Amino acid sequence: MSRLETLDTRGLLCPLPVIRTQDKIKNLTPGMLLDVFATDPGTLHDIPAWCRVHGHELVETEQKGRDIRIRVRVCA
Amino acid sequence: MAEPRRAVALISGGLDSMLAAKVIMEQGVHVEGINFFTGFCVEGHTHAIREKDRAKPKRNNALWVAEQLGIKLHIIDVIDEYKDVLLNPKHGYGANLNPCLDCKVFMVRKALAWGFMEENGFDFIITGEVIGQRPMSQRKDTMPVIARESGADDRLLRPLCAKNLPPTLPEKEGWVNREELHDFSGRTRKPQIQLAEKFGFSDWAQPAGGCCFLTDAQYSAKLVDLWQAHGHREYELDDIVLLKIGRHIRPAPHFKLIVGREEGENNYLEGYRKQFVSLHPVSHRGPLCLIDGTPGPEDIHLAARIVARYSQGKTAREVRVSVQQPGGEIEEKTVVPLPPNEVCENWHVSA
Repeated sequence: MSRLETLDTRGLLCPLPVIRTQDKIKNLTPGMLLDVFATDPGTLHDIPAWCRVHGHELVETEQKGRDIRIRVRVCA
Repeated sequence: MAEPRRAVALISGGLDSMLAAKVIMEQGVHVEGINFFTGFCVEGHTHAIREKDRAKPKRNNALWVAEQLGIKLHIIDVIDEYKDVLLNPKHGYGANLNPCLDCKVFMVRKALAWGFMEENGFDFIITGEVIGQRPMSQRKDTMPVIARESGADDRLLRPLCAKNLPPTLPEKEGWVNREELHDFSGRTRKPQIQLAEKFGFSDWAQPAGGCCFLTDAQYSAKLVDLWQAHGHREYELDDIVLLKIGRHIRPAPHFKLIVGREEGENNYLEGYRKQFVSLHPVSHRGPLCLIDGTPGPEDIHLAARIVARYSQGKTAREVRVSVQQPGGEIEEKTVVPLPPNEVCENWHVSA
């Protein structure tokens, strides 16, 4: 089972959640999962876009009210 | 086969930097993008906050450009380092609080430091600058200043106007062919649009007021007001984000109201209720308001009347307003809405 890390960016506005995700993933190894928690709806667009340009896998996104969770699998 | 040369491109999200990167990619150079977040970027914040902007695509234009080009984009937080650029610009400000020349020197210097780190290993830097495009940072006499003061010197290549400038290292070494670079100049956008069509680009961002709030007169006036009220020019990210939100009303030097203009702004201001005295009407629908400063009881009463004036009870005889202290204590006040002609014009913080 893949190791799961979490990152809390709630209250931050884009692009800060993207920057925090980028910085966190630098220290993770391929195959690991990262759950990013956010409240800025912009993250639903920007974090998947960031994953696409860097070749990481967007596993799923979930939104309940203002709370957002984005799961990313780190790729090589 | 030799590894391709590597260039780091400053990507703002606009057309020029997109084209500059593409011109160099077409020559077989490996290009990656870099984008700096100063805290004053128009991208992001306001789109996330304001309801009226929610119908607009929430894309980050720099990321979108990177996707179109098929390159990586590295977004760098420079909020703290940027303070010195804004507060102490060696080359001064533009029409408002925009330190454009110092800003470009700073960004090229940062790109140089990032790109030339051993693990990144880039050979040169490219920007979308065009001679004569901008009155401060993109002039024939200031573009060499950027190359010199950033330390990039001849490793800084501007592909869109390179033929109007002396050859740079990538041209002299044959890493790129100078003949395939461009000689754009001036404020016309025609050559860029023609080049975009040649590359098959049909969409690009066209920010009406540029990509930085510091070029905006209203925003700059709010920043000056903040500095005057605080008695110093230091600032935190929250300070400069809040200047993008709501009506800013200063009835007296020692306190200012930030009044949400719509639901999206009210929701965002909610997150600051533990830092500021906050008010909202309870007998009628209306805005959330934060008070920045050191208001006394009479000031809070006046603030409640102003909040009532911006509520749906503005013509009612009385409006009940909840006043919450940062510690959470809540008190309700019944007030008469302030008539519009008593909200002095000069209370509104603007240019």
